[in-house]
Parts: sequence; C-alpha cells; structure tokens
Amino acid sequence: MQIFKNSKFFFGTLKAHTLPALKYGYNDLEPVLSATLLEFHHSKHHQAYINNLNAAQEQLEDALTKNDVQRIANLQGIIKFNLGGHLNHSLFWENLTPIKNGGGQLPDANSALVQEINNNWGSVENFKTFFNTRTAAIQGSGWGFLGVDQQSKKLRYLELPNQEIPQNYGLTPILTIDVWEHAYWWDYKNVRPNFLTNVWKIVNWKDVETRYNQALK
Amino acid sequence: MSFVLDPLPYAQDALAPHISANTISFHYGKHHAGYVNKLNELTKGTPYENQSLTDVVKNTFGNPATVAIFNNAAQTWNHTFYWRSMKPQGGGGATGQVKDLILQSFDSLDSFSKAFTDAALGQFGSGWTWLVEKDGKVSIVKTSNADNPITQGYNPLITLDVWEHAYYLDFQNRRIDYANLFLTNLVNWDYANQNLVNKAHL
Repeated sequence: MQIFKNSKFFFGTLKAHTLPALKYGYNDLEPVLSATLLEFHHSKHHQAYINNLNAAQEQLEDALTKNDVQRIANLQGIIKFNLGGHLNHSLFWENLTPIKNGGGQLPDANSALVQEINNNWGSVENFKTFFNTRTAAIQGSGWGFLGVDQQSKKLRYLELPNQEIPQNYGLTPILTIDVWEHAYWWDYKNVRPNFLTNVWKIVNWKDVETRYNQALK
Repeated sequence: MSFVLDPLPYAQDALAPHISANTISFHYGKHHAGYVNKLNELTKGTPYENQSLTDVVKNTFGNPATVAIFNNAAQTWNHTFYWRSMKPQGGGGATGQVKDLILQSFDSLDSFSKAFTDAALGQFGSGWTWLVEKDGKVSIVKTSNADNPITQGYNPLITLDVWEHAYYLDFQNRRIDYANLFLTNLVNWDYANQNLVNKAHL
C-alpha cells in the first residue's frame, strides 16, 4: 500500500455516482408501468443504490488511507451489491422507451441483431418466450440478461440473482429486465409473468441493437 | 390430504398502522396463498402430500430434484411462522427466558436490536431474518429466498420477512424502517418463548 500512498492517480478517483435522468417522463411508460411505480423505482430504489455506493466508496477511501485491511475486505460485499444495482438499473432505463417513441418496435428483419436472434432461437417471438420463461423462474430477486459473449461474440441469455452483473460472467449485456419485486409489484402484484408479457411493449429495440453492434466491435 | 393456508392469528387490519391491511391482504391472500396452492399442485400424488409441512421442508431441502417443492413448502412454512411472530401491540424488549438467552449472546437488548436490523439489511435481495436457538444459545441467522434454518438444525424463535413484497406498500425501499418497526411494535416475544420450549412444528 506504501506504493500508492503518494500516487496522484489513487485518491480522488472514486468519484461520486449520480442518478441518471430518465429519457422519458414518469408517466410515459404507461400503461405497462405506472407513473407511481416508475417514480418509486427510479427516485427511491435506484437512488438508494447510488447513495449506499457513494457512502461505501468514501469508507473504502478512508480504509485505504489507514491501511485497514479488515475494513477493506468487509466493504467488498456492500460495494459489489450497490455498484451492481447502479449498473443494472442504469442499463434497464435505457432499454425501455415509451410506446409512442418506438417502444416494442423490432429492428429490421435483415439487421444483424434479428438475424442472430433467429439463429439462436428461431424467431424473436421464440426468444421472448424463452427469455420470459427463464426470467420468471428466477427465485427471489434478480435480472434476466441478453448479452454478447465477450469471447465468442455470440448472443447468450443469462439470469443472475440479486445485483450480480453479467460483465463478471464474460457477458456484455445489451438488454436487461429487472424482476426484483419492486420492479413490478405495484402494477402486477405477485404475478411476475404478466409483467414479463407486457414489458416487451416498451423495450427500446433501437438501444438494444446499438449495444449489440457496439459489443461486436 | 392437502396443505392448507393457516388462518391469520389476527384480523387483516390488526397490525395497522404499522403494517397496513392492504399489505396483509396481498401478502397473505396472494403471496402466501399462492405458495400453498403451488405446494398442493406439486405434491399431489407424491409421498410428500401426506407428510407434515415441517417434514416436507426437511426432506426436500438440498435436492435438485425437489427444489420446487422445497421452495413452496418452505415459503408456506416461513409465512405461517412470520404471521405468528407478530401480534397487535407487540414489540418492545424481549421477555422471559428468551430475554435471558439474548443477554447471554449480546451485550444488551439494544445491541441485539442493532444486530437484528443489521442482519435484515445485510440480506441482499430476498430472504428472512431469524432469531434462532441451538444448544441453549440464541443467535441471529439470515437466509435467502425460501431458505429456512430448520434445515441447518436450528430451532427458530421468530422471523422477519425481508422479501420486498412484505414492506413495499408501507415502506417502499426503507427496509430499515420496517425492521425497526417490527422490533418496536410488532414482534411477539410470547411466541418466541413458546418456540424455545416446544420447537415449532407446522
């Protein structure tokens, strides 16, 4: 740790995270997601991950300064959880868009993304069914991801519990759906499958496609 | 023989304003009832349908072939135990022999409360916070999703449901407020003391 003590790159690099603004209003995802649900989810749940992450980062910087290795070790879990929450939610907001802005509209059938989905699942409809079946079956809290395998560059589905991130499993996510109860309870109560059936109406396929093309590079 | 949804020990509005009647209506009437229905569906025609709920939980734990039965049996068990872990005008410091045991394992009732709420917050994701007894000592155990400490040989005394559906309506994401309120206004120490003597067997 002595090596880093005088490094100007070390301290001050853990910058405070901020809540990204949504690209749509809280009532713009209705009727799929109500304004009430969206406002809670964004301004309370996501904000709390950011607040907790920032607090944990401050603690980490302090622990690093003091070379308090026990505290450094103890903070890993809180940082992992809250950083995962921040990253997953940030992606999720961009993967959604109002119906009036193209929510639910598939990319062109000739696009690389659709071709690759067809190669893997036969059709986009089959893919949605597959995604929903696997994601509905997640026990407790978690996320369903569609991503690009970092090695093979192939499309792959992955479900993860709590706030795990697919980047830690060799997958660059291009689409994610939150199935923590807070993501759907207000509008769908305990019927997660109904949420999953409806959420596709607001999926921002343009964003998913952009991310796919980016991940192939 | 099928499993039944245990009656609530109190009226749906009995824990208001701490936990609203609306929360109880959904939590009991949809979530808990849903687990019972699914359990009956999955155990029909299997040896499990004639076992006690506690035995089904123990017998299906840790076996990939029976994980769906375990999840629904354990959630049925956990929720029944949760409703009984609370009572109207409950809460406050522990009483009876449970209090003595808590003071043996924790410096004070306050430090127990802090440890309990820390455990509630430290369960990232869905799960349960338990006060348990084993070999004459009490401790706090957190489990994730449907997991139940009876599968680890513990005797549960009380539990707090920290799945989001338990507190979303009344507390949104403020799990700390919900956990504190459980301790100050709801926890049923009589039930904890009963479980110390007669291990809960549902």
